Amino acid sequence: MSAAGIDDPHGAYVLRLADSNLVLAQRLGEWIGHAPALEEDLGLANTALDLLGQARLLLTHAGDLEGRGRDEDALAFLREERDYRNVALVEQPNGDFGDTIVRQFLYDAWQVELYGRLGASRDRQLAAIADKALKESNYHLRFSAGWVVRLGDGTPESHERVQGSLDRLWPWTVELCEPDDIDHAMLAAGVGVDLAAVRAGWDRRVDRTLSEATLVRPADHPWRWFGKRGQHGEHLGRLLAEMQSLHRAHPGAQW
Amino acid sequence: MDTAALAERFQARIDADERIEPKDWMPDAYRRTLIRQMSQHAHSEIVGMLPEGNWITRAPTLKRKAILMAKVQDEGGHGAYLYGATETLGVTRDALIEELLAGAARYSSIFNYPTPTWADIGAIGWLVDGAAIMNQIPLCRCSYGPYARAMVRICKEESFHQRQGYDIMLALARGTDAQRRMAQEALDRWWWPALMMFGPPDADSKHSAQSMRWRIKRFSNDELRRRFIEFTVPQAEYLGLAVPQGEIDWSEFEQVLAGHGPCNRERIAARRRAHESGRWVREAALAWADKQRSKRREAV
Repeated sequence: MSAAGIDDPHGAYVLRLADSNLVLAQRLGEWIGHAPALEEDLGLANTALDLLGQARLLLTHAGDLEGRGRDEDALAFLREERDYRNVALVEQPNGDFGDTIVRQFLYDAWQVELYGRLGASRDRQLAAIADKALKESNYHLRFSAGWVVRLGDGTPESHERVQGSLDRLWPWTVELCEPDDIDHAMLAAGVGVDLAAVRAGWDRRVDRTLSEATLVRPADHPWRWFGKRGQHGEHLGRLLAEMQSLHRAHPGAQW
Repeated sequence: MDTAALAERFQARIDADERIEPKDWMPDAYRRTLIRQMSQHAHSEIVGMLPEGNWITRAPTLKRKAILMAKVQDEGGHGAYLYGATETLGVTRDALIEELLAGAARYSSIFNYPTPTWADIGAIGWLVDGAAIMNQIPLCRCSYGPYARAMVRICKEESFHQRQGYDIMLALARGTDAQRRMAQEALDRWWWPALMMFGPPDADSKHSAQSMRWRIKRFSNDELRRRFIEFTVPQAEYLGLAVPQGEIDWSEFEQVLAGHGPCNRERIAARRRAHESGRWVREAALAWADKQRSKRREAV
């Protein structure tokens, strides 16, 4: 049983936030050393480090809430993909720089809205993590939104490429602001946030940047896919296999 | 003043341990030597991101992952800082990077070796950063001001990296049999290449004498190598690891330098791929900046 997910809604809620950050940090980690220019390498690494730091705090908190002695590494390295609760957007492959930037922008805009409200959570530990994370996310959003604008309103080639990225990634944004049972329960308990309010703020931020970038907001997608409930595509399994390989090859070892 | 008099005054300033600054007169050969050495140093930081980046996605704990990510990011920062310092000598970063991608510029040969296991990340921090510090601390007093100042900042971070690398080795050395074996094999792999980082023996070092006169270099290759061994052998003993015995195989050094190391082609190919696949991004950024400039002009 030590490798399972967390059933308690409060722990599960925190774990979702942790997993999304961890998976995206892992994706961004693949870029380091390979970005289009040195400054972008440093910028992506900076975002990756912040997200990893947030993930570690949130995983530790989720483990404490669960109360079964699982630390950040037990949760990160010893769960299967079906027990990962990240939003599906973040497990999408890096693609080209435009794909990575659009994925980042859509996520950053959501995080800023989310963390801004989580600061008022009755879970004081979660609120403290959110307060610290909000400053970082604002910075990430400046970096990613700045690039969405430059690529969207840059050359005809960059415009076409980044519009394609937006069209491909858009369907994965649906779950960001669509509440399910855990979201409803945590809102009622004063722990979680109102996703309808997050949605309104996210819409405003996304629309403003897309307009500046001369990009067209895609139509909302009819189908629903919930990474946060454990529905994953074909990519997460490989990402975790790579991330967990060394840790799992030496059970119980200290590093 | 004629060139001979300028050269004499220049050498007098060097001998008095004064710093040379970008706007000061300097002999062309001094400028060329610095451009070569500083840009090689910058390239080494950038290429050095690759062998360690190889383990970011597989680090065995989240803490180790965070430390490694920060370290590789620091190296990118060092690269940016050193390219900036080199630009004070009248070259552009773009031109220097073009040379690297064309295979016309050198970087530290050590990064042409692979990192097959996690222990290699420990060994790089401990030995490669350790050797780099030995080489670089004297550069903090180098006669060229911008280089000396860059090195002060870089050395602080490098010594941090060295301790982190040793800490990885310590955890492995105190770990399971498999972890200890991993640590010993990494030491076996990196020991000789680390010793080669100090350059050829003094008798065969073609740039050394002039660089010493210019106070770009303050200690000979063999002297620094000897200090590194004295410093490192007790550390290996503390880990319970055996330092390889024998002599440096200088033919291996020549081979790797000539482009025939295990990863030379791969490293340059990775840099080229990043550069080529990022072209459209850099073009977009330039086009956007141009548009902003025209908009501002229209608004005036």
